Amino acid sequence: MAEQLYNAIFVGSIYALFAVGFALVFSVLDILNLAHPVVFMLGAFVALFFMSTFGAPAALAAVAAFAVTGVFGIFLDRVAFAPLRRRGAPPLSAMISSLGFAIVVIRLMELRYGPDLVSYPAGSLPQAILQIGDARLDGLRLLIIGLAIILMAALTYVVRVTQLGRDIRALAENPRAARLLGVDVDRAIAATFFISSGLGGVAGALLGFAYNAIYPQMGTPYELKAFTVMVVGGMGSLPGAVLGAYILGIGEIAALVFLPAEFAELRDALAFGLLFLVLVIRPRGLLGHRVADRA
Amino acid sequence: MDAIVDFFRVYQTTIGVIGINALLALSVWVTLYAGQLTLGNAAFMAVGAYGAALLGMRVGVPFPVGLALGALLSAALALPLGLAVFRLRGVYLAIATIGFGEVVRVVLLTLPFTGKALGLNGIPPVTELWHIYLSLAAVAYVLWRVQGSTVGRAWAAIREDEIAAASQGIAVRRYKLAAFVAGAALAAWAGGLSAHLNFSIEPGDFGFTRAVQILVFAVVGGTPSVAGPIFGATLLTALPEVLRPLKEYRDIFAGLILMGVIIYLPRGLVTLAELRKTRRLQEIGAADVA
Repeated sequence: MAEQLYNAIFVGSIYALFAVGFALVFSVLDILNLAHPVVFMLGAFVALFFMSTFGAPAALAAVAAFAVTGVFGIFLDRVAFAPLRRRGAPPLSAMISSLGFAIVVIRLMELRYGPDLVSYPAGSLPQAILQIGDARLDGLRLLIIGLAIILMAALTYVVRVTQLGRDIRALAENPRAARLLGVDVDRAIAATFFISSGLGGVAGALLGFAYNAIYPQMGTPYELKAFTVMVVGGMGSLPGAVLGAYILGIGEIAALVFLPAEFAELRDALAFGLLFLVLVIRPRGLLGHRVADRA
Repeated sequence: MDAIVDFFRVYQTTIGVIGINALLALSVWVTLYAGQLTLGNAAFMAVGAYGAALLGMRVGVPFPVGLALGALLSAALALPLGLAVFRLRGVYLAIATIGFGEVVRVVLLTLPFTGKALGLNGIPPVTELWHIYLSLAAVAYVLWRVQGSTVGRAWAAIREDEIAAASQGIAVRRYKLAAFVAGAALAAWAGGLSAHLNFSIEPGDFGFTRAVQILVFAVVGGTPSVAGPIFGATLLTALPEVLRPLKEYRDIFAGLILMGVIIYLPRGLVTLAELRKTRRLQEIGAADVA
């Protein structure tokens, strides 16, 4: 039981790291970034690259994953979103553009690494088993949970307290007004993508470490989960995304534990049933402030 | 003449799939034309595909009746769903319909009579090309006529400004629902046709990827006119065949083309045709009128 709860919190932490980046871009620019799963996957492969080519330790590789995917996020924005923004294109266009971008990157990665599972170099991942009572817990996951919480706290600090965070929030409220008030809008957008993608990349690297199996399409299942997480927590609310992520993580593991095996498939329906219910009953989500039905 | 016959024989499946994808693109176009972004059409396609296949294989219902019942079932599902979700707009509506789509997919994985993850196999391949293209022609004609009718103008008004449309006395909710239900029935019809074209279906065929793909057909083709989605579905379905010489770089080019169209042709591929028209109108000094 303790092991299941532990795994639920681990899964929730990965969902949360994935979803806050996704929610950040949505809340600031109203873009559903379908290339976010690609950034997540790239994080795992950047870590692999640094570990196998330079023999970097896992911790350093995770930092590299953050930096490289963050810069990649800015590149993504320049290529897929900036031209549409200049034209004032509808959000739907941005979604499709990011989808095209995602297809290209996934295929390039498949050409380089093949479509199958890839592992990290042997002995490169820290290993520890924690024995608490009868429960045997994977120590690496505890590290990951801790790191995820630290990263989310740091994100909250940046968005709430710093000047950059104020700029980003002003941009989210109204880009025109923000520009008139002297906010460097382009810098704020670049920062938004750097933070969003960096967090997504770290999430991918950490998940890769935990499962020690990565592949070019590994981000895809997380995309739909991120939708659920954002809707349950409240679209565009960062604390909401974190709360939604842990609810989903715990809910999924609970379904796994309590549902009979022949209904195991219903585990996923639970997530999306939850998503659907929240949208119909409480469209603004648990922690959402804004009116959900704005166009 | 022989060359044409050969061409049809070699590409028969692709030609069939193009027609079905065009029908699907039109099914999402109906709601897009009314300004509503929904991503539930893959699920409605699944309802039609499973409905028609199961009725045909287990109950022995004739093919056209199975198609029609599948479409009816889908419409019957869409009505209460639409009542629930049309409080939402924009991206929220899209995500709610994605949620519905995933629930349908998972239910298909769980029900005892749908073959679960393996899906249904050995569906009689009774769909002929002329079934698909007759459906497409009929649907395209009807939608084209609807576009110019009171209903079509009401949809356009809702798309441009919902509040203004309501203040003009347009029953916004009812028109939105009508578009949604019509789209659902159409997607189910296409689903039934595709089930009997491919002999086998499985829940994975109707997931999120398919929902996005249908939307992409319509948007890349262009949503201002009925021709857009048909054009988009044709081009994007044929593209992998056309790009076959590029081998493993095929998907990369497909992705780049998708980005290029959405970035450089704001109103979709049909703008290529419109550009010529505008230029001609400019020559005779009538661009403003058009």
